[in-house]
Amino acid sequence: MNNIFVYIELEEGVIADVSLELLTKGRELADKLGVKLEAVVIGHNVAGVEVELAKYGADTVWVADDAIFAPFRTLPHTSTLCGLIRAEQPQIVLFGATPVGRDFAPRVSSALHSGLTADCTQLEIGPHKDAKTSKEYENLLYQIRPAFGGNIIATIVNPDCRPQMATVREGVMRKQEAATPAAGEVKAIAWREYISEADLAVTIIDRQIEERKINIKGAGVIVAGGYGMGSKENFKLCFDLAEVLGGQVGASRAAVDAGFCEHERQIGQTGVTVRPKLYIACGISGQIQHTAGMDESAMIIAINNDPEAPINKIADYAITGDVNDIIPKMIKYYKQNSK
Amino acid sequence: MNKALKIVVLAKQVPDTRNVGKDAMTPEGTVNRAALPAIFNPEDLNALELALRLKEECAGSTVHILTMGPFRAADIIRDAMFRGADGGYLLTDRKFAGSDTLATSYALSCALRKIGADVIIAGRQAIDGDTAQVGPQVAEKLGLPQVTYAECVEQVKESSLIIRRRLERGVESVECPIPAVITVNSSAPEVRPQNARLVMKYKYAMIPTEIAADPESLAAKMVSERDYLKIVELTAADIVCDEQQLGLTGSPTKVKKIENVVFQAKEAKRLSASDEDINELMVELIASHTLG
Repeated sequence: MNNIFVYIELEEGVIADVSLELLTKGRELADKLGVKLEAVVIGHNVAGVEVELAKYGADTVWVADDAIFAPFRTLPHTSTLCGLIRAEQPQIVLFGATPVGRDFAPRVSSALHSGLTADCTQLEIGPHKDAKTSKEYENLLYQIRPAFGGNIIATIVNPDCRPQMATVREGVMRKQEAATPAAGEVKAIAWREYISEADLAVTIIDRQIEERKINIKGAGVIVAGGYGMGSKENFKLCFDLAEVLGGQVGASRAAVDAGFCEHERQIGQTGVTVRPKLYIACGISGQIQHTAGMDESAMIIAINNDPEAPINKIADYAITGDVNDIIPKMIKYYKQNSK
Repeated sequence: MNKALKIVVLAKQVPDTRNVGKDAMTPEGTVNRAALPAIFNPEDLNALELALRLKEECAGSTVHILTMGPFRAADIIRDAMFRGADGGYLLTDRKFAGSDTLATSYALSCALRKIGADVIIAGRQAIDGDTAQVGPQVAEKLGLPQVTYAECVEQVKESSLIIRRRLERGVESVECPIPAVITVNSSAPEVRPQNARLVMKYKYAMIPTEIAADPESLAAKMVSERDYLKIVELTAADIVCDEQQLGLTGSPTKVKKIENVVFQAKEAKRLSASDEDINELMVELIASHTLG
């Protein structure tokens, strides 16, 4: 009892990366606490999903499998998960900070009257002493997140209410198969006991899913080029580097306006916001309009011939020099060292 | 002919996180709102626009703002009235201080029970916390269905709405019975500008506390003669609520620690274009699992 739950999100039958990332983290936390890691799958035609989940460390796979669960609707999911949590009393429940997780996790937290921390970037286990009551707690979940437009990093705890709940954005944590696969024992959720007629009140009339074209939002590595790339021809270097690193190509507005690449790749206030693990800014000066869309990247490497370029202020590594010289070197040394 | 709806927009006055100063946080780790420029939360403006369009489609409908905050949050109620809202409610009390999302949702839901609404519309999330939790939590506390990430109301039916919502990739239309809670995405239509005629009409709209501050002023006298200029002020005592569930006491989450990011300017590690430097960088990135 008092195990760790990870809500598993399925996209057309495929397990979302963020769920596997959470299992990886959940495994680590469960080992630290000496408890089990339990995956919760709520969907339709999900048989077999436990194999993959076991590889990522799930001791138990709770399953609710019925047509009412797909496509996702808030109320059936909420009631099912709340029912299971009340029955099993996990101490921690983790969700991906996806549109689905951010839709129903708050509702679950409200129904259970327990705190939920959104968009955590780190999760740890540690002690806590309440400043007012001096009451001491062992083994709380530290829910660490940026707040206030990224201006502060807050560590949140949930001392007295259970479960402790958190959402985590995709790509923030590392996904890794467990050294030895866990049992992945399938257990059925008694969802029919938890769901009422009222939970089916909202009906989906129509769904239009767009083809995934260019998806820089979910990329772990982004190589972004700016006006400083010089030409459309030189901009191809960004594609070369991205391909080698398994990443995607982004661009500043100036590069898009100059016709170096498609508008879909534009990052910043008037483009998309990204927060990859690694952001390589090539020939980008770093105007606020651009940095607003990427300054939450876990690591930033800036390549610029101007040592005073504003981008260097938010960069972890600032390389001063010519992009046409540096990018091929990065490709060369990545290939040499990654073997 | 659609029936008249009572529409309440949940809005928040937020610190402009693009302009954060040094006094942004109190020693207790909560936000020091007094030290920051305050704006109408952007997605709540999208919510207001959706509400105003719904009002136009259903003759006789009303749009009111409900906001929780200090007295100066009355500014966003006036702003909304200049754009077409009929009035508003300011939920204000020291007892609400330090509320996390759950305590906030509880207070708002108690106020909404008192006010009554057919449709409750909120922005998806506020820029100071980015949690996107209050809309769904209010819905749960009131036992109402929710539709998140809405972009528009496609059709008004007798006792339901057909709403288009944005998915991660794509859109979905759902039919939701009312009363319901809708949260609105930034991809929804932008709010209309302030209307000069409405600015003239409502510029003296006030809460009782503002009237009491200068009861002899011309503005105060105008408000006392004209009911439509009265913004309603609600305290914890005015809503039926369990005080244990308000403010810091009612918040399950506690801030353990705050680290300021802005004022610890990060020092970039400087590298040259030399083969040695680039090689070393790639080795580091691979070793730290940033790559590969």
